[in-house]
Amino acid sequence: MAGIPATADLRPPVSQIKALDWLRANLFSSWANTALTLVVGYVIVRTLMGFIPWGVFNAVWTGSADECKAAKGVGACWAFFPANWRFILFATFPYEEHWRPALASVTFVFLYVFSAIRANWNARLVYVWAGGLALIGVLMFGGVFGLSFVATERWGGLVLTLILATFGIALAFPLAILLALGRRSHMPAVKTLCVAFIELIRGVPLISVLFMASVMFPLFLPEGVTFDKLLRAQVGIIFFASAYLAEVVRGGLQALPKGQYEAADALGLSYWQAMRMIVLPQALRMVIPPMVNTFIGLFKDTSLVLIIGLLDVLNAAKTAAAQPEWRGYGPEVYFGISLMYFVFCFAMSKYSQQVEVEFNRHKHR
Amino acid sequence: MSATAAAQASGEPMIKLTKLNKWYGDFHVLKNIDFEVRKGEKIVVCGPSGSGKSTMIRCINRLEEHQQGTLVVDGIELTNDLKNIEAIRREVGMVFQHFNLFPHLTVLENLTLAPIWVRKVPKAEAEETAMFYLKRVRIPEQAHKYPGQLSGGQQQRVAIARSLCMKPKIMLFDEPTSALDPEMVKEVLDTMVELAREGMTMICVTHEMGFAKAVADRVVFMDKGEIVESNVPHAFFDNPQNERTKLFLSQILNH
Repeated sequence: MAGIPATADLRPPVSQIKALDWLRANLFSSWANTALTLVVGYVIVRTLMGFIPWGVFNAVWTGSADECKAAKGVGACWAFFPANWRFILFATFPYEEHWRPALASVTFVFLYVFSAIRANWNARLVYVWAGGLALIGVLMFGGVFGLSFVATERWGGLVLTLILATFGIALAFPLAILLALGRRSHMPAVKTLCVAFIELIRGVPLISVLFMASVMFPLFLPEGVTFDKLLRAQVGIIFFASAYLAEVVRGGLQALPKGQYEAADALGLSYWQAMRMIVLPQALRMVIPPMVNTFIGLFKDTSLVLIIGLLDVLNAAKTAAAQPEWRGYGPEVYFGISLMYFVFCFAMSKYSQQVEVEFNRHKHR
Repeated sequence: MSATAAAQASGEPMIKLTKLNKWYGDFHVLKNIDFEVRKGEKIVVCGPSGSGKSTMIRCINRLEEHQQGTLVVDGIELTNDLKNIEAIRREVGMVFQHFNLFPHLTVLENLTLAPIWVRKVPKAEAEETAMFYLKRVRIPEQAHKYPGQLSGGQQQRVAIARSLCMKPKIMLFDEPTSALDPEMVKEVLDTMVELAREGMTMICVTHEMGFAKAVADRVVFMDKGEIVESNVPHAFFDNPQNERTKLFLSQILNH
């Protein structure tokens, strides 16, 4: 082989595509494509022409309900948000104590950001979360350190959404893993129990799970025993999300080649060791996209607690929009709240993509 | 060489299968298997696909469950007792056709995982052992790569090293070269020959007849779930007794 000179490596051709070529290739490649581009372009332009004067130029950004009334029909009433932000964010929490849910919400956001940083993924993270949740608990309940006690009936707004979503995701996830493993168990009793739980919970709408948790469940309890309504709603959400997540996790378990289970067995790893170190790390990585799908769904589904009379951020906004002087601004209210949901969900989605790349690094050369 | 092998092979039985039967549904995959392997023996098992050879060696470390008969490994009888199963798996290493390395762990982590968690070896010692075996299979420089970054032959050598790190008494090889590109078969076989020379008790399902001639103490031919013939290599190849053996050998040797 030494005598044969190797062909020199060539560089890949430099891409020639410029803006104009791109347009021609992607938007105007054929008559049908050109027509479609023009139609869609027209729709987009008309929509923006309608929205921008209403939502930007003629909009009332600050001021009173009267100013909004004057601009009604021609401009949006964004002044609704500055005027009502405290009710939207904190709902019926005692007015003078609003700093407490505010600080609790900030603590949540801090915990999210802190946990998102890969360098923080160590034992200390557990303590940070324990500390953060303890702080949130103290702030919300009060009753210690001279803070007045606030019953969960008065909690509401953004912090309620964050509580339901955070505990929902954090507790539904491990429960879902156990359910998924249980569903694949060789022990008939465990398997039947898990299948029954998953199918039962998944087969009914979240609204009816919440309704049952709120109205029917107390009927089964002995007299005098009560659980907090918020706690019941939270458990309902956890159960509901875990049933969905369990099936997502099971998909990952089934996608893992059988050889991985066999290699772990052949090396003498116990069932739980094999699951913890070999199977779950690989299975969960494979199902990050559908898992995040479920998380995002759960985050938005928390607004269904309206059915049992809890005021999360969406329902607090709707309640604020029901005040006589602020009536009739539905589009603005929903647009604003949607934007807030979008920020949270988009952050989750973007972050999960990053985690996916990070976790799948071993697959690339 | 064969003299020392014979001396080693005269030890006590390490594996003993008695009247072993197994069915997949109605399909009788193992029929009354009687089979014994003594300490230090190297057995090559061959036979057409579907003959039950892989199933038989997979029964030895309970990747497959037998339904009738007894199976004793290193003095421990395999039953449904999880303790026995785990004890046997600690002593029996297995190398698979498709390597089955853990792709999310580095080569070094693949090698140290079981010693640390199953044998409770301290991490530093496990890493030292791992590097020792990586040197033996001649790829210590790959220790910090992921399996996906290695060639098939390298992956299979890592898989062999991974089993050796558990210091097993018995090694099972389930068609270790069948999934390899031809130019990589030799590097894996060389590693296996070396292992055999050191006196490891080995059962190897393979169609590499050169390997069988070089190291096997006995060659076992299986067909349709039965052990048809079992003999020392030169007698097995030069003077097969059974018609089915003759047919099989003519098919794999004459092409």
